[in-house]
Amino acid sequence: MSTSSLTPDEITAIRKALDTYLWPEAAAVDALYIVQQRHGWVDDAKLEAVAGVLGLSPAYLDSLATFYPLLHRKPVGRKVIRYCDSVSCWLMGSDRLAASLRERLGIGEGETTSDGAYTLLPHPCLGACHQAPVAMVADRLLTGLDPADPDTLLEEGDGN
Amino acid sequence: METKPLTGRFREDGRAVSLKEYHAAGGYDGLMMALSMHPDNVQKRVQDARLRGRGGAGFPTGLKWSFVPRTPGDKYFIVNADEMEPGTFKDRELMERDPHQVIEGAAIGAYAIGAHTAYIFIRGEYRYAEKCLQQALDEAYLQGILGKRVMGRDYALDIHLHLSGGRYICGEETALLNALEGKRPIPRAKPPFPQVAGLFGQPTVVNNLETVCNLPHIMRLGPEWYLSLSRCEDGGTKLYGVSGPVNRPGLWELQLGTTAREILEIQAGGMRPGHELRAFQPGGASTDFLLPEHLDVPLDFDSVMAVGSRLGTGCLIVLDRQTCPVKMVLNLETFFARESCGWCTPCRDGLPYTETVLRDLVAGRGCHEDLELLQEMIQWMAPGNTFCALAPGAMAPLQSALRYFREDFERYAGKGDG
Repeated sequence: MSTSSLTPDEITAIRKALDTYLWPEAAAVDALYIVQQRHGWVDDAKLEAVAGVLGLSPAYLDSLATFYPLLHRKPVGRKVIRYCDSVSCWLMGSDRLAASLRERLGIGEGETTSDGAYTLLPHPCLGACHQAPVAMVADRLLTGLDPADPDTLLEEGDGN
Repeated sequence: METKPLTGRFREDGRAVSLKEYHAAGGYDGLMMALSMHPDNVQKRVQDARLRGRGGAGFPTGLKWSFVPRTPGDKYFIVNADEMEPGTFKDRELMERDPHQVIEGAAIGAYAIGAHTAYIFIRGEYRYAEKCLQQALDEAYLQGILGKRVMGRDYALDIHLHLSGGRYICGEETALLNALEGKRPIPRAKPPFPQVAGLFGQPTVVNNLETVCNLPHIMRLGPEWYLSLSRCEDGGTKLYGVSGPVNRPGLWELQLGTTAREILEIQAGGMRPGHELRAFQPGGASTDFLLPEHLDVPLDFDSVMAVGSRLGTGCLIVLDRQTCPVKMVLNLETFFARESCGWCTPCRDGLPYTETVLRDLVAGRGCHEDLELLQEMIQWMAPGNTFCALAPGAMAPLQSALRYFREDFERYAGKGDG
């Protein structure tokens, strides 16, 4: 199987992850994260290449990748916004936050803006319930959000 | 003596306690002490301290360890840091603010069961917590706290971090094992129990992260001190949290058995102006609602059980009178339906069905028969009818809501009848 769609660094990182476990399947999630880290999502060619490095079938690897919401098998925007829609944030206005985001971006949940800038995803409890409502942009957690203000999230990471 | 062993070293600025600071506050003394004892005596000390699991089930930790066979061979110790119970935010704080406490606890647990490899299973969203733990692990290896000779003793231990892909089911002990093995994370049949055949088929203990953080202190200061911390038969403090429309939502380390009233009124500063308490969930999304009449119930495992709920994670979710309880239950069931792993039929089909019935009710498309349907769903997904505790947990808030907020359900049901 071709591994040409992976960089040498990626292959090295995946091989290193393999050392942590008794068998190669166990490194699958780590390996998919490694690829996603640099590309934002995991396309078919990369999935096959990762499967090749791990010695697994692409179908097996895909059965894992599609189980986990943090692994993307479809292209996502440059900024992925995950707003918490679980109970504590809901009590503090996450519905209104979601509505203001949808309106501002002109997209629905699970969609990406046509310019490829944003993807909007509902997400289960982010574990910062005392600071509700909260959301993540990329890997960064933003807390104590104003449900009427979508811009704080959209501008996260710009110019700082 | 210390009254807040888990959070006492937290820095005011919120940054992680450094190895130097941790050492200065008696850090790693507990591990040193454990290493000087026979593993059986470490287990005994934890049993004597009456430490019960802080992840939700409340199983006695020392007893859980004692089921691991004493035979030679690979064994594994796993810290469950897959904190995903909605309304719960305690393990994150422990990882981000005092990561060495987690590592020391994991090392003591591993030593007590004879494991030479430990994993900390962290939910994928907790990237900053992972970073704090990785930094602490690097320091620990550099200082000889971990590795081939733990603290210079004849005991080898490696601790690895694993970042999950993010599903609620991964917090279930046996699904976690599948996740860590790189299998689809569905629960396993028991027996065999993980202590006999767990990770990679070897004897394994999985303990919640808060549980593990108690271990250094039990070793260092002893069971008598640990028992004196609590107000009930079980030992220790508990991290209690409050979220919802209160004046000061937050997280506090208090005596195990502190009442809901003290937590809500004193720690959280009471309800926000204009909001009145209607009910609360004592320990996360999967615990039965309790009412204002339960405010003086001590929040310990047995007392909460006696009034028909569970201590769960000890993180309270507050429902006020302005918020519709039926809509709140719909929000909860939407979460559980989405997070069902799909392995067993009652949960895979029953939860989306429940969600749909609730959604129709709220939209004014329901009828009185729907309330009977919901009651039936609770029976189909009762403990024993499903593979794991996810669906019964999902039914807990629904069944208590149907009992306590009957008039709200009836009002919606009446809309569709006409």
